[in-house]
Amino acid sequence: MNFSAGELGPLWLSVQLGAVTTVLLLLIATPLAWWLATTRSPVKPVMQAIVALPIVLPPTVLGFYLLILLGPYGAVGSWWVQASGDTLTFSFLGLVIASCVYSLPFAVQPLAAAFESIGRQPVEAARTLGASRFNAFLSVAVPMAAPGFLGASVLSFAHTLGEFGVVLMVGGNIPGETRVISIAIFDHVEALDYASAHRLSALLLVFAFVVLLLMFVVNRRMTRV
Amino acid sequence: MNAVPESKIRLSYKLKHDDFSLDVDASLPADGITGVFGRSGAGKTTLLRLIAGLDSPDEGVLEIGGDTLQDSDEGFSMAVHRRRIGYVFQEPRLFPHLDVRGNLQYGFKRARGKRGFEFDAVVDLMDLTSLLPRRTAKLSGGEAQRVAIARALLSSPRLLLMDEPVVALDADRKAEVLPFILKAAETLHVPVLYVSHNIDEVCQLCDQLLVIDAGQSIAAGELQDVLVRTDIPVLAGEEAGAVIVARVRQYDANYGLSRLITSAGPMWVRGEYAPDTEVRVRLRANDVSICRQAPTDTSILNMLPARVIRIKPETKSSVLVHLQAADDQVVARITRKSSDELKLEADDEVIAQIKSVSVRNV
Repeated sequence: MNFSAGELGPLWLSVQLGAVTTVLLLLIATPLAWWLATTRSPVKPVMQAIVALPIVLPPTVLGFYLLILLGPYGAVGSWWVQASGDTLTFSFLGLVIASCVYSLPFAVQPLAAAFESIGRQPVEAARTLGASRFNAFLSVAVPMAAPGFLGASVLSFAHTLGEFGVVLMVGGNIPGETRVISIAIFDHVEALDYASAHRLSALLLVFAFVVLLLMFVVNRRMTRV
Repeated sequence: MNAVPESKIRLSYKLKHDDFSLDVDASLPADGITGVFGRSGAGKTTLLRLIAGLDSPDEGVLEIGGDTLQDSDEGFSMAVHRRRIGYVFQEPRLFPHLDVRGNLQYGFKRARGKRGFEFDAVVDLMDLTSLLPRRTAKLSGGEAQRVAIARALLSSPRLLLMDEPVVALDADRKAEVLPFILKAAETLHVPVLYVSHNIDEVCQLCDQLLVIDAGQSIAAGELQDVLVRTDIPVLAGEEAGAVIVARVRQYDANYGLSRLITSAGPMWVRGEYAPDTEVRVRLRANDVSICRQAPTDTSILNMLPARVIRIKPETKSSVLVHLQAADDQVVARITRKSSDELKLEADDEVIAQIKSVSVRNV
């Protein structure tokens, strides 16, 4: 298969979006997942429901609310316009924010499950050995949750790569800015260019399979100890 | 010993849950092993977690050797990692992502500047040298708990808490770990609070005893003195008995017996003990019987002259007789019928016959 530069552009953009989103999500999801895994607060189920919402909501609904929120008249969007003179919607940054919301449960849930299976005990042991709360978390809970971090990274990345509805609502179809691979495929199909649609789709399919396969292989290695 | 007056552990904790309340007030020597003894659910683990700072009390004061670690009146509670109180849990809680060496270094690295012992010295003492490169998953239960004890010691604690560290081990593994606990406490001079509901373990390890029942501290003091308090229900059960200290005179290789000297006279025990060492002998009340006169033809080797202190009715069929054998107190459980037939009374001079004894090196 030969890909032209024009075809690879959306793929490259998707990979960038996935990578940036994954890094940001790990930073956001790690403390959130730890809190969910260890808290006894009555607010916990509420937080769990909020985090899980993107799994259930149609991407168009999520995209619609994000469009309103990030748009030039929305709460976040208008502030951004004032601060930077640019709009958030139909920009790469807007896509990153939308992706983080959209993929949040795919980062939080594997991490929370990993932290829950570790429990408080190893961290308590670390505390009595002279580690501060934060230090115990970094030196014990995080390495012990390594399979959870792998799962969270792969799922966030793959899920972001495959998103369509939210991107269409928030990002539109601007080459080099918001035209990601799923949008490109949709374009090809609309233009009845099935050959191009095939090539990109097959590429995404193989890529997704390889990534998931790698994750399960590595995961097995890690948990076998 | 060389205990200075202020080397005390003073603790006072109050905690109330819906179905449980803890109210413990005690002053313990910051030296040797102190047993925290009581039934399951008496609040022993709760107390240790409060001392470590892992849980918060309603009211609490903790002072160790003159340093205040907690004083709820002042709103002061030192953070867990600053208390320098080591904790060995029921399960080893080793870190699976680190090997044995990594686990041992975890606390050692963080104790920089406050270290009490050399890394190699502790590793050597706990006989862990060959295990250092091992993965924690490859350790036996006894090995893992030894690593956990060494790991806690290497964080140079001013107090080491042990919460039934051998409860999950079978008898052989237990026997593999207990001597190391004794050795560590003696060689490294770390005061230990040792939680257990097993009186045998307590008798083997502890110098002092704190008895907890239903969340209350009901007795505290020297092991020998507290153990014979048969007015305390947990100490009056099947396992009731006394502990006395004896000196080894010689070993009779022919019969495989060691001859001990107690304050009240000689005793024979099975096994070889090094001459001139001190040993601790446990005399279970069920193994002690009483005669008016020393019997001549008997299989029982050990007979100590004693004086009856008091006779405590126990059940319809049995009584507990407290005896003073020279400097030591011994308790005998005999039938009420025997007591009546012998017309036993306080201050009677009798002979205590001892059927079996268990011994440990001091």
